[in-house]
Amino acid sequence: MRQIAIYGKGGIGKSTTTQNTVAALAEAGYKCMIVGCDPKADATRLILHKKAQATVMDLAREKGSVEDLELGEVLLEGFKGIRCVESGGPEPGVGCAGRGVITAINFLEENGAYDADLNFVFYDVLGDVVCGGFAMPIREGKAKEIYIVTSGEMMAIYAANNIARGILKYAQSGGVRLGGLICNSRKVDREYELISEFAKRLNTQMIHFIPRDNQVQRAELRRMTVIEYSPEHPLADEYRALAKKIAENTNLVIPTPLNMDELEQLLMEFGILDS
Amino acid sequence: MSTAIKETQKLIEEVLEAYPEKTRKERARHLAANDPTGECGSLCQVKSNVKSRPGVMTIRGCAYAGSKGVVWGPVKDVVHISHGPVGCGQYSWWSRRNYYNGITGIDSFVTMHITSDFQEKDIVFGGDKKLEQLCREIKELFPLTKGISIQCECPVGLIGDDIESVARKMTKELGIPVIPVRCEGFRGVSQSLGHHIANDSIRDHVIGKGEMEKSTPYDVNLIGDYNIGGDAWASRKILEEMGLRVITQWTGDATLNELKIASKAKLNLIHCYRSMNYICRHMEEVYGIPWVEYNFFGPTKIYESIRKIASYFDDYIKEKAEKVIEKYKPMMDRVIEEYRPRLEGKTVMLYVGGLRPRHVIGAYEDLGMEVIATGYEFGHNDDYKRTYPELKEGALIYDDATPYELEEFTKRMKPDLVGSGIKEKYAYHKMGVPFRQMHSWDYSGPYHGFDGFPVFARDMDMTVNNPTWNLIRRRKIW
Repeated sequence: MRQIAIYGKGGIGKSTTTQNTVAALAEAGYKCMIVGCDPKADATRLILHKKAQATVMDLAREKGSVEDLELGEVLLEGFKGIRCVESGGPEPGVGCAGRGVITAINFLEENGAYDADLNFVFYDVLGDVVCGGFAMPIREGKAKEIYIVTSGEMMAIYAANNIARGILKYAQSGGVRLGGLICNSRKVDREYELISEFAKRLNTQMIHFIPRDNQVQRAELRRMTVIEYSPEHPLADEYRALAKKIAENTNLVIPTPLNMDELEQLLMEFGILDS
Repeated sequence: MSTAIKETQKLIEEVLEAYPEKTRKERARHLAANDPTGECGSLCQVKSNVKSRPGVMTIRGCAYAGSKGVVWGPVKDVVHISHGPVGCGQYSWWSRRNYYNGITGIDSFVTMHITSDFQEKDIVFGGDKKLEQLCREIKELFPLTKGISIQCECPVGLIGDDIESVARKMTKELGIPVIPVRCEGFRGVSQSLGHHIANDSIRDHVIGKGEMEKSTPYDVNLIGDYNIGGDAWASRKILEEMGLRVITQWTGDATLNELKIASKAKLNLIHCYRSMNYICRHMEEVYGIPWVEYNFFGPTKIYESIRKIASYFDDYIKEKAEKVIEKYKPMMDRVIEEYRPRLEGKTVMLYVGGLRPRHVIGAYEDLGMEVIATGYEFGHNDDYKRTYPELKEGALIYDDATPYELEEFTKRMKPDLVGSGIKEKYAYHKMGVPFRQMHSWDYSGPYHGFDGFPVFARDMDMTVNNPTWNLIRRRKIW
């Protein structure tokens, strides 16, 4: 079983990319599970075809405590048998979402959600590694490889670099590695070159470049992945290509995050920042 | 430099030798030989109110302890919520023996323990809704409660709950003040910041909000007395016999209304300077009320303090003050006559908090005893400045002392009596050293005032001269 965590700036397309990639892996015969680690709980809707699934923390709140839950109540199966769990968490502005993630993952572990016959577990983690809770999926014994979703936009690159710093910390203490950058294109000038270069500086690779295509939105409107909605569409093949690369990836590294000056210098070289 | 100072400095160096260099250097600044004249300079002054060193045990508490345990806890007609997981409330439950009059569970709540008992879901989803529910339940269960205070434990600050808005909403809904106190335990270096935070919350939400029917020129507040074993009652008695009218006890056996009307007093009398100077300074600035420190431990200091307090008033009070001294002096003399011969020349080591490391020195001296070492758990510079002149040259002073240091100093200085807290008590019992728990008077008291001194003298005698110590198989510590 390979456990993989997906990080990246908020709104960059982590959940869409994750679900499409997992759908492609499932299509290829792998057994997969997605663990949504975001209080918004929108990491599984394209697989389950519903607005939002019942989350671990919501049910725990309803029943009094997480000990009162049964695994079957929160672990649902969707497209091609993909298992889906959402940690859930508080509404914006209250409580501690990070603790929610920790509680939910502990619950899954204690209740045997990590079946031996699973090939892949994907953690879809909220935006940045803002606190210990959102680093939970990459602590010891869990996800050993991370992919960062980014685009050629400046703030996405800043966020990706910051996440690399978090990985560096956990790489030293827990053995987690960076598997690569996934460029979810926003059609920024020289995006391919910029992200390839940025990946090189981070000591990793741009594992795949997903071209911008509105087919994603068309599929999403129907609560489906592109793989399921339009398996013949060229974009579906892009996700299949990404899934294959991840499945075959052996290039797992300790990242070398850039400092602020280096990062700005890089952005200037590619004309994003004015010098 | 005198020999006494040099000898104590040598003693300090010896004890510090066990530490690694960095710790030794840091701890050295917290230990000093006393120089009452101040001529010895910084070498004879200790550093204080800084973070304790990791790796060496500290006896300090936290901001929550300072607010809930010390300042707010004794306010009897207010329900105090320990807001957070159950442990902080459980372990601070009625631990300071703040006596009060009233019917527990009906109009007084000091010995009760009310907590929001956070569960995992309260951390994840926030505890504000639970807090609202708790406030409503309190009002329903205890309709005579005059207010509710929210004593924050650490997690509340970590998850950023907005208890202030809950407090505002509940104040409006329930018609009683609901007071948020941001005394999360991780704030500050000791319980000292908790005292400050608690006083600030009284300043912001309580003081000046009450009406008093009639004022007299002799209205005073009794500040910084927590009525441990009935201390505040003993102090109040003296003040009333002097002709003063005590309108507020702050906060031993206090009501919320007393705190509200405190701003109407003519003079603030402050016993525990450390925990309460903040509110006295505030009342001085805003209401123009002067404040004076006093000491009601032992006859010498009591007489001195009575005269000092009387000097703020007219001849009527001054005359009555003399009469009070006249009335009680024979009784005090008899106590001294009885106990002094049994205690003369005995030495004392103290390590306590608040005001006691200096305030009880006089009471011991009245009994012929000498305090040879003292220190504060959480004192600041101004506490130590007030302490140096009270001690003899060469007396040992320690700040935020560690158990290792206390044990070593005890072995070397061989005091006849040690006074400190519950955590130290049993270690000293095992060492076979006579010990008094000087935080809550070892289940005795009062020690304040004319009522307290005979109890104090009896307790010290029965501890120092207790034959039990000779029956303990002592570890050969000296």
